[in-house]
Amino acid sequence: MKIHEYQAKEILKKHGVPIQEGKVIFNIDEVKQATDEIASDLYVVKAQIHAGGRGKGGGVKLAKSPEETREIAEKILGMNLVTHQTGPEGKIVKRVLIAQGIDIKKELYLGITIDRSRKCPVIMASMEGGVEIEKVAAETPDAIIKEWVNPKTGFMPYIGRRLAYNLGLEGKLASKFASFVAKLYSAFEQNDSSLAEINPVVITEDDDVIALDAKMNFDDNALYRHPEIVEFRDLDEENPLEVEAGKFGLNYIKLDGEVGCMVNGAGLAMATMDIIKLAGSSPANFLDVGGGANVEAVANAFRILTSDKDVKAVLINIFGGIVRCDRVAGGVIEALKLVDVKVPIVVRLQGTNATEAKQMLNDADFDFITAETMQDAAENVVAALK
Amino acid sequence: MSILINENTKLLVQGITGGEGSFHTRQMVEYGTNVVAGVTPGKEGQDLDGIPVFNTVKKAVEKTGANASVIFVRAAFCPDAILEAVDAGIAVIVTITEGIPTRDMIKVKSILNDSSTTMIGPNCPGIITPGKCKIGIMPGPIHKPGNIGVISRSGTLTYEAVDQLTKLGIGQSTVIGIGGDPIPGTNFISLLDLFEKDAETDGVLMIGEIGGTAEEEAATFVKEKMSKPVAAFIAGQTAPAGKRMGHAGAIIAGGKGTAAEKIIALKEAGIAVAESPADMGIAMKSALG
Repeated sequence: MKIHEYQAKEILKKHGVPIQEGKVIFNIDEVKQATDEIASDLYVVKAQIHAGGRGKGGGVKLAKSPEETREIAEKILGMNLVTHQTGPEGKIVKRVLIAQGIDIKKELYLGITIDRSRKCPVIMASMEGGVEIEKVAAETPDAIIKEWVNPKTGFMPYIGRRLAYNLGLEGKLASKFASFVAKLYSAFEQNDSSLAEINPVVITEDDDVIALDAKMNFDDNALYRHPEIVEFRDLDEENPLEVEAGKFGLNYIKLDGEVGCMVNGAGLAMATMDIIKLAGSSPANFLDVGGGANVEAVANAFRILTSDKDVKAVLINIFGGIVRCDRVAGGVIEALKLVDVKVPIVVRLQGTNATEAKQMLNDADFDFITAETMQDAAENVVAALK
Repeated sequence: MSILINENTKLLVQGITGGEGSFHTRQMVEYGTNVVAGVTPGKEGQDLDGIPVFNTVKKAVEKTGANASVIFVRAAFCPDAILEAVDAGIAVIVTITEGIPTRDMIKVKSILNDSSTTMIGPNCPGIITPGKCKIGIMPGPIHKPGNIGVISRSGTLTYEAVDQLTKLGIGQSTVIGIGGDPIPGTNFISLLDLFEKDAETDGVLMIGEIGGTAEEEAATFVKEKMSKPVAAFIAGQTAPAGKRMGHAGAIIAGGKGTAAEKIIALKEAGIAVAESPADMGIAMKSALG
């Protein structure tokens, strides 16, 4: 799960991480209160969307007075912000963070994530902050210093010190940075975060170390123990069909092709997308209906799939194992009595009782196109598009 | 021969009295697996079709000599169940449970590393040595005893691959679903190593997917250490970046973990990569020569 910058800063503040103070606004009338509270001679107006690259897209601007802050906020609030992460369609800005301007001496990078290969958290730091870290990693990998946290000891203060000294920081500044790392780690660890990234961490003219930006993602599997983070969810940032599917426990991801697919199992669902592409079309979605593929799940899946106007045909690919194919076929036929589907449906059921299932589909009122193998299914669905 | 499990495996089921636990226990018994015990705290003295239930794994092991365990315990309680089995000295643990937080798995994995236990999963279909022993939720009848090892991060896609092999007349020595989580108990490499050493395995089919670098690491291992032919398929060539594709571990993050990168690494290691999921069995057949 992703959250906004201002929400991440709230979490960081609780863990003692020094942050750039600010206030989020949802409508323009709230600007005055925000600038009154911050009371600075420099303000930053920052669009709050989940995608990165907001600055380059024109979603982050400096203002020298409360009046200018209001003018800029008026432009940003409601704008369609296009960044390299939003895609060309962009994202409407509905929340704006008004923050205190800061005198920046140096911009650093600090990020914590899970190193899947080493099976422990990794902390990454660089003196090259404020730019895309993927770019730094690709062009000058030596500019990124890494420390791994041993699961047996957990985070130890020496890790922060070693990062600070290896970055070339000295004296009090090194201590402040080490302490910053420790606090960020605590926020990462205690909230089951999958990514905590501060880009940039700034060193101010007064040699303070402050989080100017903040990005935090969370492990979906651990959200059950963090109700306060679930509260931060912003449905405007999610695809409406994906939200709808989530309500029914369906794992659905909207893509931009024309073949809707319904599959049991995530790996087989990805493989089905791939074979549609190989057959010359493209998938409209990823959808895992789960192992059971019962009537209710299939009916809901049909409803979601066919409410996507781009879908010109549907491919159902179920590998029946413990759940017999004749049961699944029964489910598909029943579901079609509940949902009016007007596009061609190709069904491929493989596994236990596949022959009986095919017979049931052939005898049904709906004009199914049946297929034996994944290859046949993909070819049939592409042919049905024409 | 086979790896990890065979006709001498004595299985205990953690969570045997739950809906899934009891259903799949019966399926495993029907397949021929020797299920000797179940564990559900507070239900000692009960039985499932004559299989005795114990309060603790330790007692179940003492009384029945169980040497493998399959876990059907809810995610929130699952790390505890795994560590209980490790502490009781179980040699092979298969964790079916989906949804264990990564932070918990990091801790569990570090303890597994210091033990002699091998854990398959979590979030996996399990492991089967066709005709001898099935530990997990996969459909038994699609398998055929033989000489190909299968290792996969998926569930139903593994069944698809096995089905293709069986229909081509290629049997399997052992089939393992290592699971779709970012931190699995066992990864490709240690299983490739076991298959390389197994006298009755002639080749291995690997099924990977987007996310992480496990396939790239496996490719290096195959190149440096394996003499047996390996074929592979990577799911998610059309998956978008930054989206979790069902499995917690199937996500392209920070531009890393794409199918294209993995396929290049596998091909460079001399592995026969099936471009299409319809050709997994054929790729294995051609790799065998």
